[in-house]
Order: sequence, then structure tokens, then C-alpha cells
Amino acid sequence: MSGVFIQESSPHLMPGNSVERMMRHVLYALVPGYLVCVVIFGWGVIINAVIATVTALGCEALMLYWRKRPVGRFLSDHSAVVTALLLAICLPPLAPWWLTVLATGFAIVVAKHLYGGLGYNPFNPAMIGYVVAIISFPREMTLWVMPLAEQPLSLLQSLQYQLGGSLPAGLSIDAITAATPLDAIKQALGRSLTIHELGGQRVFGLFGGNGWEWISLAFLAGGVWLLITRTIRWQIPVAMLGGMALMALLFQFIDADQYPSPLFHLFTGGTMLGAFFIATDPVTASTTPRGRIIYGAGIGIITWIIRTWGGYPDGVAFSVLLMNMAVPTIDYYTRPRVYGEKGRGE
Amino acid sequence: MSLLHPGTVGHFHGGLKLERHKRESCDRPIGTCPLADELTLPLQQHIGEPAEPLVRVGDQVRKGQMIARASDYVSAPVHAPTSGTVTRIEALMVPHPSGLSAPCIVIEPDGEDRWIDELPVVNDYRSLDPSALRNRIREAGIVGLGGAGFPSYIKLNPGRAGQIDTLILNAAECEPWITCDDRLIRERAGRIVAGAEIMIHALQARQCVIGIEDEMHEAIAALRQAVEGTGIEVIPVPTRYPAGGEKQLIQVLTGLEVPVNGLPLDIGITCHNVGTAAAIADAVHEGRPLISRIVTVTGQVGEPRNLDTLIGTPVRTLIEHCGGYAGTPGRLIMGGPMMGFTLRNDTVPVIKTTNCLLVMDPPARHETPMPCIRCGECATVCPARLLPQQLYWYAHAKNFDRIQDYDLFECIECGCCAHVCPSHIPLVQYYRYAKTEIWNMEREKERADLARERHEFRLERLEREKREREERMRKKKEALSKSNKGKDDPKKAAIEAALKRVREKQARAAQGSDKENDA
Ligand code: SF4
Ligand code: SF4
Repeated sequence: MSGVFIQESSPHLMPGNSVERMMRHVLYALVPGYLVCVVIFGWGVIINAVIATVTALGCEALMLYWRKRPVGRFLSDHSAVVTALLLAICLPPLAPWWLTVLATGFAIVVAKHLYGGLGYNPFNPAMIGYVVAIISFPREMTLWVMPLAEQPLSLLQSLQYQLGGSLPAGLSIDAITAATPLDAIKQALGRSLTIHELGGQRVFGLFGGNGWEWISLAFLAGGVWLLITRTIRWQIPVAMLGGMALMALLFQFIDADQYPSPLFHLFTGGTMLGAFFIATDPVTASTTPRGRIIYGAGIGIITWIIRTWGGYPDGVAFSVLLMNMAVPTIDYYTRPRVYGEKGRGE
Repeated sequence: MSLLHPGTVGHFHGGLKLERHKRESCDRPIGTCPLADELTLPLQQHIGEPAEPLVRVGDQVRKGQMIARASDYVSAPVHAPTSGTVTRIEALMVPHPSGLSAPCIVIEPDGEDRWIDELPVVNDYRSLDPSALRNRIREAGIVGLGGAGFPSYIKLNPGRAGQIDTLILNAAECEPWITCDDRLIRERAGRIVAGAEIMIHALQARQCVIGIEDEMHEAIAALRQAVEGTGIEVIPVPTRYPAGGEKQLIQVLTGLEVPVNGLPLDIGITCHNVGTAAAIADAVHEGRPLISRIVTVTGQVGEPRNLDTLIGTPVRTLIEHCGGYAGTPGRLIMGGPMMGFTLRNDTVPVIKTTNCLLVMDPPARHETPMPCIRCGECATVCPARLLPQQLYWYAHAKNFDRIQDYDLFECIECGCCAHVCPSHIPLVQYYRYAKTEIWNMEREKERADLARERHEFRLERLEREKREREERMRKKKEALSKSNKGKDDPKKAAIEAALKRVREKQARAAQGSDKENDA
């Protein structure tokens, strides 16, 4: 054969990675966390996930079509599903369907596509969706199912409540919901109880938040797997967990009655999910190695501050969005020292 | 000053662990490529100015005869690889990423392979002045055989005496598939060491080390044996692409970095390929110019192997000698899979810098790249510690000022970034595009500056000419009045007349060239 060969630019080796593969890995890594959540909070978790996924795919397809992008190619990158599942897991397990649809729709349409779609959005879409929901519907967003309820709702009962708003006869919403550990601490400290006096109220589990510690462990496991498969890099999660633990440790030292331990902070609320799955969203995070440490530590510290002194029980979403805003600046000042260049530190 | 900390080798940032695919071609000994019907010798096979032909169509040439001479400081001569007739001197397809044509000398071999009568053998190079030695190397047409093809004698010039501390020989053949250096070392390590000693003398270097990938076991053993008693050191470096990049190898071996916009010379180092060392030994000890080289033929061919090949041999001849194409050949690559370039067809010749011919599958389904998701993987692997995603961003936006702030020109085009990019963005293509655009812009600017200068120069000259004309008129008048007095001097008058004619001629010529300049 001496005919015309194919012309292309180097390198000529097949790349081993793809966006689709990375997103697929994130989805796999979410499985353990999701499973534990279902065990602890019941069917509502799955229902939220399904509603969010369907909404996200629908919105994504519409927006791609409207923006004249190859719909099939972009839909198969799974990024919309990842956004949907990250958002859904942050919603209360018995969230009404319209809340999930609204939050997801806002995440995909406004936070992602109106900013230019995959790769161009400065803010984490899932967190934007969450924040919109919590600001607009604070009551619905804080109704958390009691962990490991003795008589959990069946699938059908959950569906009836989430789609139709009706509970089985004789059951009131108060009977099946409870404040989250972070909520409980906030309220208790507001009533000037000490951390110790809270002990009996099923707020604490073995080492973290009651029930939440197992969810956190499962997300941690998924996160470690993401690290091993190099889907994410260590800087952001380590810095975020480190930043938060450091703050907690410092203040626990000052007054152990007022400030929960680092272990509690790490293993409750959205810490693990945030550290490994949300803060590591490449599009909205810092891209330089040193920048990622600053970015991650910032999220950890701000989350702790919001939890401790802010108006909301958990602060992962707000701190992620705040640090998103700082990313261009962080990236600019943390450029690595180019080979052969003096001055700027490595 | 010792650059090396014995026993320790450093590392460079990033890089990739790639499948090596060396065994395919490395298990067979070096073969000899048969003589082709026609040898095509591009006048430019090196970095710098093209060579100037010394022969005409129809000339008979002998093997080793210089057929084109170096036209500038940065240039290299070309020699006839065998005896025969010059049949054409014209622009032909040459192996170059651009796929363009360039002037070539075509020789039809007579099959006798007759050498020139006297080979310029140097009997005792040590007694030779380093600059004379460099000249011999220049006359032999030797350029870097590792890929770039920079005229070697320039890199053997140490600048001021004692500036070069260390000569590094690069035997880290880091690109997958390529094994020409590996095979060369295994079979001709002695030549390499002989070349190294010549280079040490030319450079007056204090020490010489050979950096080689630690997985090239046989080659390491061969080199270690060959360097015994010479003081040259063989240092295995971790196998990691691009360990053989000049800057990376220097960093690994010495812990030093070549300064931005600088040369290895600036830190007392010069770096040459082992193949170049062997060619230098041939040139000095045997008087043999660079007319052949070892080429790896591998990938989807019947019998992958290395071939000792005359420069100018068509690619097709090598492939046929290696059992022809096999499997599903879709891409013909000159060089390696990371930095090589695709050839349109196999009629182009092997040139001095051709280290490998790699036949690969057609690429898997070409999908449109996804947007950059800012994952930073590219920066993690970039051996130059650049931010490839930013470079891409500014190249895409055609922001050529910003892209230079992000040190575009420090990019060595190793392809690591593109290889790991999950969005499959052809990053290196963007960088090449941006570099070319910037070069073009600079050339444009230079041309504009030149034009302005020329314009000013022309005004000045017109002014001067006018002054001179007036002066002449005045002199003429004076002469007239004088000659009225001294008519008795015919000699003087004749000279005067001749001068006048000359002046007129000059003026006409000046006007003529003026027109040319204006054109
Ligand atoms: S590897 Fe590709 S997608 Fe990732 S930051 Fe670099 S250019 Fe962007
Ligand atoms: S091609 Fe350039 S930017 Fe990409 S990894 Fe190599 S040196 Fe860095």
C-alpha cells in the first residue's frame, strides 16, 4: 500500500481517559454512599434520585438542542447525571417532587447552560441548585427523615407523600422527621445546652453524627476509590478535611462544651460528600496544585465557620460557591514555576 | 564544580509511563537497507539555512562527495550517499510536518558504490586544534541525529574556554517503538565511546556522562563495557517519557534546569545524541561523511527491525525490506508516536534526522473534542511545568500576548498533555498553531521595520545623490574653465571622460536598483 495515509497531528497514541469515563467513575463511587443513605433514610432517597436524573437529562437535552450542540455526544458524557445525583443526595429524603425538579432544573438550565455549558460554568451547578432550594423553601429543605426509623415508610408510602403530599392515616410528619445532628447542635447551643448535655438526644453516633457517620464513611470509601483510580487528585479533599479539622480542633481546645470535635465535623452533614465529590468538580475548582490546596482548605474552613456561627446548619454548599468565586484569582497567583524559571516558588 | 551527585539521579516533573513496544524491533540485529533506484537528498535536512548545490544535473558523483555546501554558519553540507549520476535538482516532496516540497538533489546510483579518492581521515585528533576538529565535523555534514537536526559542530563550540563542564550523551530513547539508539549501542558501543572522546576534546569538557533509560539493560551493559578506562560514566535514569528530552535529561542527571530562553551552554552543559557521537567517530577516524543512519522500521510491518540506511532512500524501500505493510496500516509516522509526524505517502526519502518509521492503525473514530473541563491533568503531566489548559484557552481565543505570558515557547511539544486530556483536545496542535502565528506576526513586524528603514535610507540617498550631482556640476564648470586654461593635457581629459562615463553608469545602476527596491 503506497496510497495516501491519514494525516493527523501528534501525539498519535490513543488517549486513555475521557470525560465520559471520569463521570462514570464518579457515578460508581457514589453507589456505596447512596446505598447507605437508602438504608438509613428509606426509599425517598431513590425517589429523589430518579426525579432529579430524569429532570436533568430532560433539561440537558433541551438546552443542548436549543444551543445547537450535538445532543447525543454531550448527553453521553454523563455530566448531567452526576449533577443530578449530587444534588439529589443533598435534598431531604422526603422532599416534594416539585422541589427536586425545581432545584435540578435551575442547576442544569441556569447554572450550567446559561453560563456556556460543560466546562464554562464558574459555579458548581449542583450547589447552585441546592442553595436556590434552601433559600426559597427553607422549611421543606430542613425536614429530614429520622435516621433508622423503627417503622420506615414503604416505597409506595414514600411515593404517595413525595408526589401527592399525603401520609398514611395516623402518621404525622413530625413523627417521622427529626432535626439533623448539625441542626440539633445549633438549636441546643442556642438554648445554651452544652455538647455533653446533648449526648442523650440521639444526635451523636459512635464518632460522628448519628446515622450520618455511616453515610460519611461510605462516601469516604467512594472517594478513596476515586483517588486510587486517579479520577480526582488528593489536594482538594485532603485540604478541605484538614482545614475543617484544624478549625474544629483549635476551638475544641478552647471550649469543648461549645464546639464539637473534629471527628464529629468530618463525619456528619455533607463533609465527605463535599470533600470528594463536590469540591473536586474539576470545572469549578482551582486547577493548579497549590491552588487546589488553598481552594480545598478555604472550603473546609468556611464550612466550619458557617456551621458554627452562620445562619444555616450546614455550610458546604455556600463555601463551595464562595470559593468558586475565588478560583480565577487563586489560579492566577498559584501558577507553577515553569521549568528553568527562577523566582516563583514551585 | 561537580554537577553530579554520585549514585543519585533526580527526576523531572510530570511525564508519562507509556507502553514501550521496544521488543518488536529491538530483538533483531541491524540489517542493511538495499540500494534504491533513486536517492533524493533534500538540501535542508537540518535546522538552519539550506545547503547550496555544488553539482549540476548530469554530473557524475562519487560516494562521499560533497554535493551541496553549508551556506551559512547554521547550515550543513550534503554528501552523495553512493556513486551515480545527478538526474534532477528540483523541488520535491520532503518529509516535513507541513507536507510541502523543497529543493532536492536526486542521484541515480550506478551500483558501483565507488568512494571518493581520498577520505579526509584525521590520524591523531588529539594533536588537532579543537576548532579544526569542529571544522572536520562540519565538513562531514553531521547534525543531531536524535531528531531536531541542529548542526553538531555548533554545539561542540564551547564558547569561551572552560565554559563546558559536562558533555551529556543522550541514550534515553524515551519514545515508544523507537530502538535505533538501543540497537546501535548494543552493536557499536565502541564507536559511540570513540565519538564521545573526540567530542570531549573538541569541547575541552571536564567530564562526560551517558544518560540511558534503566530498562535498556543490554545497552547499558554494552556501554559499561565500552567506557571502561575512559572516565566516561554511564548513568541509568528512570524510564519515563520524555526522559530523553534534552532539558529533562539534564535535570535528571544534574539537578539543574536550563534557564528559560537559555541554552544548556549557560549552565555548562552540552547534550548530544549517541548516534551523533558514532557519526562523529566515523567522520574523524575514517573520514566518512554522514551518508547513512540507522532507522527503526516498526509497527504494522511484516518484520519490524532496524536498518542501516543510506540517506535519501525512499521510505517505501525500507518498508518493503521489512516485509511490507501488515495488518491495517492507516498512518505512516516518521519519528515516534508522541512527537513524530504523519507522512502522506511512502515516496519521501529518509533524511539525516529520520530515526523511525512507524506504521500504525487508522486512528479510532475521530470524535469532536469536548470542551476543556479544567481537570488539570495536563498540568500534572507537563514536564515543562506549564499550564496547558491556559495555553489552550488563550490559543483558542487567539490571545497571543497572554499565551506568551504563560510561557508558550517553553513548550517542548512532547504531547503528554494531549495524551491525558479527557476531553481529547488536540492541545499540541493548538500550541503549534499559536507559535506559527506569533512567528509570522514577528516576521511581519520585522519586514515592516525593514521597509521603514529602507524608506528612510532611500530618502537619505536621494538627498545625497542630489548633493553629489550639484557638486559634480560645480566641478564640471570648474574643470571646463580649467581645461580652457590647460588644453594641453589630453591624458587628464581622457581620464576625466572615463570617470564621467563610470559615474553616469553608476547613477543609472543606482536608479535601476532603486526601482527594484521600490518594487
Ligand atoms: S487535560 Fe484537557 S480537559 Fe483537562 S484541563 Fe487540560 S485541557 Fe482541560
Ligand atoms: S506538549 Fe507542551 S504543554 Fe503539553 S505537556 Fe508537553 S511541554 Fe507541556
